[in-house]
Amino acid sequence: MGAGFGRVFGGLGASSTSGGGVGSAVPGARRPGPGEDAAADLVVEARDLCLRFGGVTSLDGVSLRQRRGEILAVIGPNGAGKTSLFNCLTGAYRPQHGTVTFWPTPDRPAQLVGRRPHAITRLGVARTFQNIRLFPALTALENVQVGIEMRQRYGPLSAVLGLPSARRAERDGVRRALELLDLVGLAHRAHEVAASLPYGEQRRLEIARALGTGPSLLLLDEPAAGTNPAEKRDLAGLIGRIAATGMSVLLIEHDMGLVMSLATSVAVLNFGRVIACGTPAEVQRDPAVIEAYLGVGDDGPDAGGATGKELR
Amino acid sequence: MSARPRTLGASVLLGLLAAVVTGPTGDSDEPLRAAWDSIADVRIVLFLGLAVALWLVLVLGPRLRGLVAAVTAPPRRRLTAATLTMTARRSVAAAGRRGRTVAVGGGLLAVAVVAPLVVSTAAQQSMVNDIGIYALLALGLNVVVGYAGLLDLGYIAFFAIGAYATAYFSSSTAMPWHAPFVLNPFFVFPIALILAALAGVVLGAPTLRLRGDYLAIVTLGFGEIIHLVANNADGITGGARGAFGVPHLSVHLAGVDYAWGIDPLPYYYLLLVIVVGVMVAFGRLERSRIGRSWAAIREDEIAAEATGVATLRMKLLAFALGASVSGFAGVLFASKQFFNPQSFSLQASFFVVAVVIFGGMGSRLGVVVGAVVLQGLAFYLRDKVQPADRYIYFGAVIVVMMIFRPQGLVPSRRRRREIELSEAGVGAADSLGSATPTVVRP
Ligand SMILES: Nc1ncnc2c1ncn2[C@@H]1O[C@H](COP(=O)(O)OP(=O)(O)O)[C@@H](O)[C@H]1O
Ligand SMILES: [Mg+2]
Repeated sequence: MGAGFGRVFGGLGASSTSGGGVGSAVPGARRPGPGEDAAADLVVEARDLCLRFGGVTSLDGVSLRQRRGEILAVIGPNGAGKTSLFNCLTGAYRPQHGTVTFWPTPDRPAQLVGRRPHAITRLGVARTFQNIRLFPALTALENVQVGIEMRQRYGPLSAVLGLPSARRAERDGVRRALELLDLVGLAHRAHEVAASLPYGEQRRLEIARALGTGPSLLLLDEPAAGTNPAEKRDLAGLIGRIAATGMSVLLIEHDMGLVMSLATSVAVLNFGRVIACGTPAEVQRDPAVIEAYLGVGDDGPDAGGATGKELR
Repeated sequence: MSARPRTLGASVLLGLLAAVVTGPTGDSDEPLRAAWDSIADVRIVLFLGLAVALWLVLVLGPRLRGLVAAVTAPPRRRLTAATLTMTARRSVAAAGRRGRTVAVGGGLLAVAVVAPLVVSTAAQQSMVNDIGIYALLALGLNVVVGYAGLLDLGYIAFFAIGAYATAYFSSSTAMPWHAPFVLNPFFVFPIALILAALAGVVLGAPTLRLRGDYLAIVTLGFGEIIHLVANNADGITGGARGAFGVPHLSVHLAGVDYAWGIDPLPYYYLLLVIVVGVMVAFGRLERSRIGRSWAAIREDEIAAEATGVATLRMKLLAFALGASVSGFAGVLFASKQFFNPQSFSLQASFFVVAVVIFGGMGSRLGVVVGAVVLQGLAFYLRDKVQPADRYIYFGAVIVVMMIFRPQGLVPSRRRRREIELSEAGVGAADSLGSATPTVVRP
């Protein structure tokens, strides 16, 4: 592992698996070989991200690339910097160094660092939070509506006057929100207050809300954390269905079963650096990864022993 | 079980305290004499009676409520998975609620129409100058505090801007400084609206990035600046003397000639129309995408940003809307009566905030009821107690209210849920609704 430089990732997974580029916008998408990175149809590329909080360095030169339509899993022990990476991609944190390029469509790259979070969401990057952050007193339907409606244009005057355009937009928003609730299996909960939903359903509601913003890249921060095995299975199905529509998914997940079954490629973070990347199978064999997960050396034994066992 | 004697004790102590602070004023020679006089007086019976009554309400209230709820609650419907039936049922329920709202609203409106006809002229005056104007102010501040969750303690400044704009544009004698032409006050409405909204944007654009507490301090300062400028800029505003002789409202249009005059009734009905209009308009706004994004900001600002809500712009919109209502009210106020900078003091700002919180943040009907109750109380106490004591009663009423009904007199459904949830430790909304920021920018 080159110090200060994470390994460039994304194009490397080309030789294996079948999921990349599902239904992507590129006609006849050809899978580029390792040497053809420049031609790859990327959806997002982070270069050399550094993020420090006072003395704590949570990202230390992370570079990462994701192809359109791919499910890329980011794994790593607690405190490795996975959430920080998400926060840099979505504008919640501003890295001290590095760039993030995002391609809403293949021909229009946009620079994300320095933009406000809502502007990034509008470009097409949606996220969920590790600790669920719904609008607790709004209903499930309203939660999803907020995401959908931020793309609508009608202003306060049209709303007050009840203009037909405003009413139509409102109706369309409700219809779309119900569709999304149906997609995540929460249609019957549409009018229940978000905070009253069981944990697993809140997680799915957060996904529906993110989808409402019309993203082309979906960031899921530990969507299966705290859910039971049955819910995990449902969730894996849901993520699979979302990806099958051509959505690019960037997934932080601890559950190795889920990662191995879903991900097209995997990147492993430890101490703010990318220590390995490749297909799930490659990563699983990587000695650096095994070491990080088993806590050999100075990582401390608490760095995810259980996960380490699952890994093997 | 020990809670009951304790509440009884607390209620009695409160009663004694109220008796002392509202009793005769002492002097420095015998500081305890006055306290003793006020407790030994027959009034103590009244205060202790009130204390015991309060205690009874506290102890028996929840039981009664439980009983009523058990009798009247509809059996819980079973949920089906079918979306369409759900939505259909939902709209039936919504239609039912809507019908009830219309009925209640119609009843209250009828009361509001008849009420001024059966009270004294002094009361009519108060219904215009105090209740009506403050209902309008509270409706505007409700957008800022109740919808967007921003604490604005300088809200009265926009009211002042509206009032002084009226004096400037509609009279050449009211203030030393005046426009080179004279406008009918009706034409000042749009001007004041825009001026106040602009002032709101100018104040809000740099400050709305601040967290709740800091925003409160900055707006407080802004309110004081406007108040002090009005008070001290003798050569411009007329200073502490205030502005005299702003013309009353009048209409001369297409054969209609009508002038509002000394009689408070025409002003009252005009205000009633405006208040109802603003309530309807803001209701629609609240149920639109704009109201939902305000709710999202209030409940979790970070999640709102991540969901694509332009939080700064939406806050600025709330700020400007609230300010423009305040400016509008200022025009009505100025054209109705003589005014001086005292009407725009810090106390007035606090009073509007108190009305909103007391009535029920986020609830349009609530804040209007709040204005009626608090200003009604002020009117009632006017010749019953010494002016200096009046705020003691306000304080007591508001404190009791906040302890036992923090959501306000007529809370909004969303708001009540938020308070329940935040008491249960869910969600980011504190009692004022500003999201707790957790992002530390590196
Ligand atoms: N807002 C913050 N302030 C200070 N330190 C932070 C902040 N956010 C993250 N960190 C630090 O950055 C490191 C990485 O955290 P995080 O990205 O949450 O890890 P992960 O999601 O992989 O568990 C941790 O050491 C954490 O303490
Ligand atoms: Mg994390």
